[in-house]
Amino acid sequence: MIDWGAIFSNAAVELISPTTAAYALAALGLAVHFGYTGLLNFGQAGFMALGAYGYAISTLTFGFPVWASVLVGIGASVVFALILGIPTLRLRADYLAIVTIAAAEIVRLLFTTNTFQPVTGSANGLSGYKGGFADLNPIPPGTYGFGPFEYNAYDWWLRIVAWTVVILACLFTWQIMRSPWGRVIKGIREDEDAVRALGKNVYAYKMQSLILGGVFGTIAGMIFVLPRAVVPSNYQTSLTFFVYAILLLGGAATILGPVIGSMIFWVLLSFFSGFIARAVEAGWLPFMTSIQAGQLRFILVGVAIMLIVIYRPQGIFGNKKELAFVK
Amino acid sequence: MTNSSPLVDATPAPVRNAVVEVKNVTAGYVPGVNILNECSLTAYDGELIGIIGPNGAGKSTLLKSIFGLVKVREGEIRLRGDNITNLKANKLVSKGVGFVPQTNNVFPTLTIQENLEMGMYQKPKGLAERLEFVTEIFPELRKRLGQRAGSLSGGERQMVAMSRALMMGPHVLLLDEPSAGLSPVRQDEAFLRVKEINKAGVTTIMVEQNARRCLQICDRGYVLDQGRDAYTGTGRELLNDPKVIGLYLGTLGQDDE
Amino acid sequence: MSNNIVPTAKPVKTVDMHIGEAVPGCKKKDPILVVDGVSRTFGGLKAVDVEHLEIPRGAITALIGPNGAGKTTLFNLLTGFDKPDTGSWTFEGTSIGGMAAFKVARMGQVRTFQLTKALGLLTVMDNMLLGAKAQVGENLFRAVLPFLWRQQEADNRVKALDLLARFKLDTKKDDYAASLSGGQRKLLEMARALMSDPTLVMLDEPMAGVNPALTQSLLDHILNLKAEGMSVLFVEHDMHMVRHIADWVIVMAEGKVVAEGDPHEVMRNQAVIDAYLGQHHDEDLGEDPDAEKEHVGAIKELLDDEL
Repeated sequence: MIDWGAIFSNAAVELISPTTAAYALAALGLAVHFGYTGLLNFGQAGFMALGAYGYAISTLTFGFPVWASVLVGIGASVVFALILGIPTLRLRADYLAIVTIAAAEIVRLLFTTNTFQPVTGSANGLSGYKGGFADLNPIPPGTYGFGPFEYNAYDWWLRIVAWTVVILACLFTWQIMRSPWGRVIKGIREDEDAVRALGKNVYAYKMQSLILGGVFGTIAGMIFVLPRAVVPSNYQTSLTFFVYAILLLGGAATILGPVIGSMIFWVLLSFFSGFIARAVEAGWLPFMTSIQAGQLRFILVGVAIMLIVIYRPQGIFGNKKELAFVK
Repeated sequence: MTNSSPLVDATPAPVRNAVVEVKNVTAGYVPGVNILNECSLTAYDGELIGIIGPNGAGKSTLLKSIFGLVKVREGEIRLRGDNITNLKANKLVSKGVGFVPQTNNVFPTLTIQENLEMGMYQKPKGLAERLEFVTEIFPELRKRLGQRAGSLSGGERQMVAMSRALMMGPHVLLLDEPSAGLSPVRQDEAFLRVKEINKAGVTTIMVEQNARRCLQICDRGYVLDQGRDAYTGTGRELLNDPKVIGLYLGTLGQDDE
Repeated sequence: MSNNIVPTAKPVKTVDMHIGEAVPGCKKKDPILVVDGVSRTFGGLKAVDVEHLEIPRGAITALIGPNGAGKTTLFNLLTGFDKPDTGSWTFEGTSIGGMAAFKVARMGQVRTFQLTKALGLLTVMDNMLLGAKAQVGENLFRAVLPFLWRQQEADNRVKALDLLARFKLDTKKDDYAASLSGGQRKLLEMARALMSDPTLVMLDEPMAGVNPALTQSLLDHILNLKAEGMSVLFVEHDMHMVRHIADWVIVMAEGKVVAEGDPHEVMRNQAVIDAYLGQHHDEDLGEDPDAEKEHVGAIKELLDDEL
């Protein structure tokens, strides 16, 4: 029989998993880019890769302490945003889209190539960088929690840090979007010329937005790799599309949207993959193998994105009256 | 069996055929929001009908409802007695209805000739003769048939759009603000052309922002307000009606400086 | 076409602003904008070719001319939305040729657009607040600390409400601008432009798409601008409006300035009538039912031709 208990508890733990937090933060970055400013950034995976590798390489190759590694990652992110933005932000939105997809892939391939293997680990990636972070942990070793939410000290430390960062990022974003700066950004989303005619330097605002959302993506990349290893194949374009799925599900121009969207996304994904895997084992789906079943959930993500965009483009929390990308 | 009183003229009034009948039509773009609210209009054979009114009153929506570009939610529309409510625009073109839109009225990457060909694409035979006729009506186009429509000025595009609508030889012509954005001399040309087309026998319905000029040339006019046909009368009646002047026409044209 | 309704009081015109003869490019006694040798070519077509032009200060100047004459292109050049091929111009004595649009706006020269750019996804009040100058809160780092900009925002709100009341839009302040009618959006765009206390207001076809009954109130608003010391330059096709409020008229055709002068003089100029106003501009088009017959025969042939 199917172990429903295991399926549900595996799904439930995704609610606070650090992966969920990382995706929530990456989606928040895209909310700043796309939801609020109207920038078509299809390279968020690239920003995340820079965070992951920036942190890991600084720690492993240069022996930097945690705070320095974080700063290196953020620095790389800012430079990346400038490289993307300087040529494209004066052009049509579509150009940014094309350039960002290409740039993210270039970043990934640079990290995969054997040329830099001593530093990047090429296709095998990097591991063993968690020490510095673990050393900062104030929680004494042991197991804490209840039911499915039982973790050791490191895992709890990671979750606390991850979600604190997410909450801080949310508060920061909420505050700036309510401010005059946010108002200019929302104006730019709808009509750049109108905002220019009111004396605002549109190019500078778009660049600031690109950098801010990119930094969120980079920090998300760092959170993402703390419970696992840095592997370049994780940062393909499909990662960006998953983040978009989360963003659209929750509501592109909202603060809660990316967070709740991420939670729902991972809970459902875990539920479906758990269910399908066990259903195949139990013989309910004789026409599929377990490996195929594993892929099915990604098909479901694709279908879900299509349905959201067609039937409820504003997502769960979005306001239809403010939707800039639906005419 | 007649009850004729000596005061009543015994000659029967000429029977007028209603070509376009809009009966209590309710329509809109966004679900739940109606732009037209039980609007009615009748155009008899050979008439030139003007539709004026404030922004948002539903003038363009009314025209688009007749042409099948906006969903009619209640009411019906008839063309010479046939029910054409919500009939797709391409079917209406084959029934002899032409439409001249206000914006995006030419294909900018196509030449003038190609634009005119598009007007006839349902029945492309006889194109050459048609082009002859149309360039007689609009001689300015004759030398420029190979020019890309995107490089034309607003007034010239208007001309191309009108010619394209004429290519199928329509017996009903719908025009959406033909004078919009044109300089005074081009506006007058547009209005006079519409008058000529109507004189040639085409039942014409035009929506206009330039209310004064529109009422000067039309046979009958409708003043729309909030999706309803608020006033109707002959063009002259409406031009001189103080209510209409006060609400829509404004007094600017009246002062002689 | 007579009636007994009396129009509102005739505006007082500013006269005697030019030096010498009223010819194209003539100098003005107190110009706010001086344009020299500006040209712009689009793919072989010279859209703008203005040798010299001076816009008088504190007056309402109309820019008229046929479509394709270069009026909107000139507007775009002067306000920084387009770069000229040659030329320079000064605003209040400062050279601003080639300056970016947002900088031009900050110098006190604001413009509206032919196709209204009221930001529909923002509320009316947010539209207005966007128009205010030098906002501390618009800086990313200061935006995070509300106490730095709260007071300024409150002051701007008061100013916005005052302007909205003047344009009769105050009751709509929390509505999304998309829910306003076309005419109301034009008013909003104008009110928003005034938030920055501009010196020169450039209006691109302010009457386009506006219900004739609203025209009078729009004209009063423009006259108010002059009363408050601003200079106005507007592009229009509505000659009644031009005659009513313009102090000076500039006529463009094929990229060049072909006539300048007082509205009445200019409208009696034969060249202007031929190219732009048309012979019938003061007549009633419907009066003579036999007037236009030239093409009726050809149209009838077209209609009778069976496909």
